[in-house]
Amino acid sequence: MNDATTPAGAGANAAPASARNLRPLLRTGLQRLALGFVTLFIVSIIIFLSIEALPGDFAQSMLGRSAAADTVEAYRLMLGLDRPVFERYLSWAAGAVQGDFGMSLTSRPGSIRAVNDMIGPRLYNTFFLAAMTALIAVPLAVLLGILTALYRGSWFDRLINGSTLMAISVPEFFIAYILCYIVISKDMFAFGQLAQILPQWANDGIIWLLSFVPKLPTLAVINESTSFGERVWKLILPALTLTLVITAHMMRMTRAVLINVLASSYVEMARLKGLSKTRVVLCHALPNAWAPIATVIAFNLAYLIVGVVVVEVVFVYPGIGQLMVDAVRTRDIPVVQACTLIFAATYIILNLIADCVAIITNPRLLYPR
Amino acid sequence: MNAENTDLRVRGAPLLQIRDLRIEGFSDDRWHPIVRGIDLELHRGEVLGLIGESGAGKSTLGLVAMGYAKPGCRITGGSVTFDGQDLLAMKEDERRLLRGARIAYVAQSASASFNPAHRLLDQTIETAVTHGLLGRKQASLRAIGMFEKLRLPGAGAIGLRFPHQVSGGQLQRAMTAMAMECRPDLIIFDEPTTALDVTTQVEVLASMREVVREFNTAAIYISHDLAVVAQMADRIMVLRHGKTVEEAPARRMLAEPAEDYTRSLWSVRALAQPERSDTEICLKIDNLVTGYGKSAKVIDDISIELQRGRTLAIVGESGSGKSTLAQVISGMLPAWSGKMTFEGRPLPSGFRSRPRDLLRRIQMIYQSPDTALNPRHSVAETIGRPLEFYLGLKGAAKQRRIKELLDMIEMGSGYLDRLPGELSGGQKQRICIARALAAKPELVICDEVTSALDQLVQSGILKLLSSLQAELGISYLFITHDIATVRAIADHVVVMNQGKVVEQGPKSVVLEPPHQPYTDLLLSSVPEMDPDWLTRVLKSRRATPDAAS
Repeated sequence: MNDATTPAGAGANAAPASARNLRPLLRTGLQRLALGFVTLFIVSIIIFLSIEALPGDFAQSMLGRSAAADTVEAYRLMLGLDRPVFERYLSWAAGAVQGDFGMSLTSRPGSIRAVNDMIGPRLYNTFFLAAMTALIAVPLAVLLGILTALYRGSWFDRLINGSTLMAISVPEFFIAYILCYIVISKDMFAFGQLAQILPQWANDGIIWLLSFVPKLPTLAVINESTSFGERVWKLILPALTLTLVITAHMMRMTRAVLINVLASSYVEMARLKGLSKTRVVLCHALPNAWAPIATVIAFNLAYLIVGVVVVEVVFVYPGIGQLMVDAVRTRDIPVVQACTLIFAATYIILNLIADCVAIITNPRLLYPR
Repeated sequence: MNAENTDLRVRGAPLLQIRDLRIEGFSDDRWHPIVRGIDLELHRGEVLGLIGESGAGKSTLGLVAMGYAKPGCRITGGSVTFDGQDLLAMKEDERRLLRGARIAYVAQSASASFNPAHRLLDQTIETAVTHGLLGRKQASLRAIGMFEKLRLPGAGAIGLRFPHQVSGGQLQRAMTAMAMECRPDLIIFDEPTTALDVTTQVEVLASMREVVREFNTAAIYISHDLAVVAQMADRIMVLRHGKTVEEAPARRMLAEPAEDYTRSLWSVRALAQPERSDTEICLKIDNLVTGYGKSAKVIDDISIELQRGRTLAIVGESGSGKSTLAQVISGMLPAWSGKMTFEGRPLPSGFRSRPRDLLRRIQMIYQSPDTALNPRHSVAETIGRPLEFYLGLKGAAKQRRIKELLDMIEMGSGYLDRLPGELSGGQKQRICIARALAAKPELVICDEVTSALDQLVQSGILKLLSSLQAELGISYLFITHDIATVRAIADHVVVMNQGKVVEQGPKSVVLEPPHQPYTDLLLSSVPEMDPDWLTRVLKSRRATPDAAS
């Protein structure tokens, strides 16, 4: 990203003042980081209190309705649920600061399950899927945004706009099932209901088209022994689904910002200087458009980590979203707390990065008068 | 080079020839003509001045000389021939190679036309390098040489700066250097000094004229200010509604304009308010200090007086603090210290501590009527709102008063349901005046109310303000940077510079010599209707080098 924001040749000139120039970046970065910690602290309190406010109690639901009152009480004591809220928050927060989110409430004597061990591999899986999706979706969205802005009003613009809009208007599980359906149809289409209705030539056409679809796995069941290559192969469909879900938002933002910038005086000047269309867009328009684009990208990347539980369920992928849903169902409060905190941190960090991009790409902030 | 200068008017084939050009623009769902059949000829080394009001089609015409039509414009007829090549028949890629290299462009607002993301030098040499005309190093050396020639301070290092790090006047020179980089045959100057202060304008004009003459570059100089064009151009062409009104060598155009319209272009300069007798004090400000935030002091110890029913003009360049002063008086910005007295009573600082009736008595009219009017409110709503808010008028009484006000601003009730988008610039400013008058104010602060308007419209607005004052006895605090406007309307003048009052007093005293040095610099920088004015000013300044900064 940074490469595109520095004009060719400016890098060498920047050397003498570079140390001073980094100061505003550093200051703002630290400022935002501190603010991020404050936000995280407030979020942790909200999480803790809202879970506290949930009706019922873990011990009761764990042991069942028929459990004797003193058994429930003993279990509560064992979990420390008798201590005041404030005290429990402090001990939990102290652990969390050190990276220890405590024990899962599903631990049994003899098989203790640390929250970290439960979350760790799941988090890795989620990041893997998010990274894979981002690698496809972000360049695709920015490229499409540039092209649609350049050819505004053309059939290409309308087609891309319409189809991406359709993709976000449909629930994500539906997209997932449609993609699965296409892959499965590769072998099954001829025997399906649809094939009975359509004329023969249409069937032949569809089957011919389907023959180009690779035989992608529709389930993304993986474990520790799955190799890297196999992992990528199995994640193609989920990644494609998520790409379809997030591309529209990023693309439309890129397009809107670029259209704004393309209408500015300095872009007209660049045209009047006789520069080529590509150069005008890449060297004159885009460097001034990164800040809002980065914000939207950050937002969507956060979504890839926080909000993909439905897609995980459809493809039976062991990500953190499923873990959290399971934890909520079983009232495994430490796991829920840890997941929520991770989600909050994700948002904060990604936004921090977007802010930094905004500063780096704006010489007004980087080079004071 | 100088020898070539004398050959200026050797008539070979013209460098640029435009024949019966017609251009249409798209707005309100239809195409309508912007340029209706203009012929133009320009020879090598010649400077042609294009002058006219906004909407006359002069910028459009300037761009067509580069084979470029703004988005939303289309060329519907005529031909544009540059050095024997038909610009309109060419492929876009061929035109592209001419632009920047053989035909260059200098835009109105340099601060908007330089890309904020790149350094000045990179932008200056961009065309030469990407078109493969010069190597990077060679181009940089040439650019630095041109920076020097245009008297940019620190020519060697200024190119490493970003646009926001240099002043407006310097940016405009850098843009001239950018245009000259490929040593073009033709430069289009599109209102290059309009956004600059008068004192800066003199120096920028001088350096532009110098390089254009030295390199024998042909130029089209577009402006709405005839006095400025007269300094630059050999020949002047007056445009109106997309047609040529008249065309003549610069000296003859100024000495004996053939058309009434041409004469009306400097009609503001003909207005002169005779000084009137003194009356009681309406507004008195003592030792006012204020600024933005806690530390940015903008106004430093100002004391002024405004008489009832009279006009006090505050003159100064941008950054002198004159608009800030208006904000303090209107209560938008609190004072740090100092005393304000309005009609014998202390005027509280900050509008929150002023009762509604006091707010009613001081009204404002702003520079840009486009942004001062809510685009979704009709004329009746805009004028009706203060009637309701301040005077509690409703129903028929309100409607009657709105009509009265519209009559006062010479517009009539036919405009009641119009939206601002359906009005011209001058009409919008009249609505702003009516809105201020609706509150029955005693003091009206006019902040550069005519500077966004065309000359002819300006004189209409100034006449209206004068007659309203005679009729209603309102006092005006008139903020402007234009000396002609001061002559047209003021009784008293305050000259401000860097937040301080340089000189104040009756108009006859301030505007006539002897002057304070700054007042002298300001007054001598105002372009005059004389083609030799710039040469004369420069000569006198070179003689006393400290006056020119």
